Amino acid sequence: MITATSLAALVLLFIVAAIVVKGVKALNWDIIFRLPKGGYYLGRGGGILNAIIGSLQLAGGATILAFFLSLPVVFYLNLFSRPGSFWPSVTRFSLDVLWGVPSIVYGAFGFLLMTILGWRASLLLGIITLASLEVPIMSRAMDEVLRLVPRELSEASFSLGATKLETAWKVVLRQALPGIITAVLIAFGRAIGDAASVLLTAGYTDNITTSLFQPVASLPLAIFFQLGTPYPEVQQRAYAAAIILTLIILFISLLARGIIRHYARHTVR
Amino acid sequence: MSAGRTESHISLRNLSVYYGDLQVLKNISLDIPDRQITVIIGPSGCGKTTLLKSLNRLLDSTEGVRIKGEVLVDGEDIYAPQVEVTRIRQKMGLLSQRPQVLPMSIYDNVAYGPRIHGLRRRRELDQIVEHYLKIAGLWEEVKDRLSEPASRLSLGQQQRLCLARGLAVEPEIILGDEPTSALDPQSSQNVERCLLTLKSQYTVLLVTHILRQARRVADYIVFLYLGEVIEHGPAEVVFRQPRDPRTRAYLLGEIS
Repeated sequence: MITATSLAALVLLFIVAAIVVKGVKALNWDIIFRLPKGGYYLGRGGGILNAIIGSLQLAGGATILAFFLSLPVVFYLNLFSRPGSFWPSVTRFSLDVLWGVPSIVYGAFGFLLMTILGWRASLLLGIITLASLEVPIMSRAMDEVLRLVPRELSEASFSLGATKLETAWKVVLRQALPGIITAVLIAFGRAIGDAASVLLTAGYTDNITTSLFQPVASLPLAIFFQLGTPYPEVQQRAYAAAIILTLIILFISLLARGIIRHYARHTVR
Repeated sequence: MSAGRTESHISLRNLSVYYGDLQVLKNISLDIPDRQITVIIGPSGCGKTTLLKSLNRLLDSTEGVRIKGEVLVDGEDIYAPQVEVTRIRQKMGLLSQRPQVLPMSIYDNVAYGPRIHGLRRRRELDQIVEHYLKIAGLWEEVKDRLSEPASRLSLGQQQRLCLARGLAVEPEIILGDEPTSALDPQSSQNVERCLLTLKSQYTVLLVTHILRQARRVADYIVFLYLGEVIEHGPAEVVFRQPRDPRTRAYLLGEIS
């Protein structure tokens, strides 16, 4: 147990330390609050506000979309499907396979969609691609949580004359809320850190995106582009961007913990 | 009032229930007397709970269950295809073995039923919540903390909350599936006392494996053994002069 814990903690510590050591010198307020100026990727001034905002737009939008796609799926799997029937197991199997599909494949799918529809790389397309990456993760994680809701609890609601939908919405969802928040968070974390699926579909821009149909910047691509330059100071900024990305995920994890604690007070044990 | 002659709330006609190939209930025909406490007794695994659950159609959502025969509630076969399940269930309040409070506040637990059946006005809901919590004998204990999570109550309080919650949908029938088995003696007594006061207005159907409890509360006894009704009749008759040797053996504690 101690070995496992220290191994996990050490790896985490090592990764964080490596990023911090490399990037902390380049980290300053300019990077967080400014847009890149001309020649930024050659080492001139400015920041990556465009990528920070862009990443939040992409991952936030995709998480909301994926949530409303996943919810009906898990309600079907856990409440509406006939117990022991064929379709739920097929659904679960398909989602498990989709979970394992590499994100570049989703990117390629989004790219194909783009050429068929005649769109160009845009925030909307990035959101759609990231959402399809998120749906299997989110719905399987939510599915596992809903499976843990005791059958007797739904029966208590049914016995009061509630329909399945009322039971799902008012009782099951409420009981499972802490776990559902976690599932949403896992999916969000996966989406905000993913580079491959936005590479071909969301494009990149040095400005803040204000429309669904414009290209959008993102932190993983900011890291990718900056690491690819031959200038050490620009590479350093890539690590600074990685610190920012890690901090965003840390902040959202802490926020979710607070929310979970608040909602867990009604959970029946 | 003797069973069978009057029109009763609940009548079973040749009810059989199968779990896969296993027949759990065998051809049961019964009339449950109105406004009395009918207690179903029998050794564990004899189908008591199955019988109870077949009455509010919680059974047919279970995997692999087949049901034959009729269950008439107010003269209507509840297994007929056009029947609305929610309306049937609204007629019955269910107390389960372990109290199952809903993941919300004490107030919302009681208001849950009325709300899903369309009541929205806060003042009426307040009255309903207070009224039924009083009937369940819980009002004095919880009136100052109605917004607290129901899961913080003790088990005994939770079971009485479940009773109040069930009564708030204004059922005609109360089903109890060993409702005191998870409770301490004091709480059990509270729940029993509640049921005794309720029988003037409700038809109560109780499953128990505690014979002393059956003697305390029963007006009418149904003895179930290996899925069959062996004997049924008014409690004083069955307890004093059981006709069937198996009933006698069970009452003496020889089968359990």
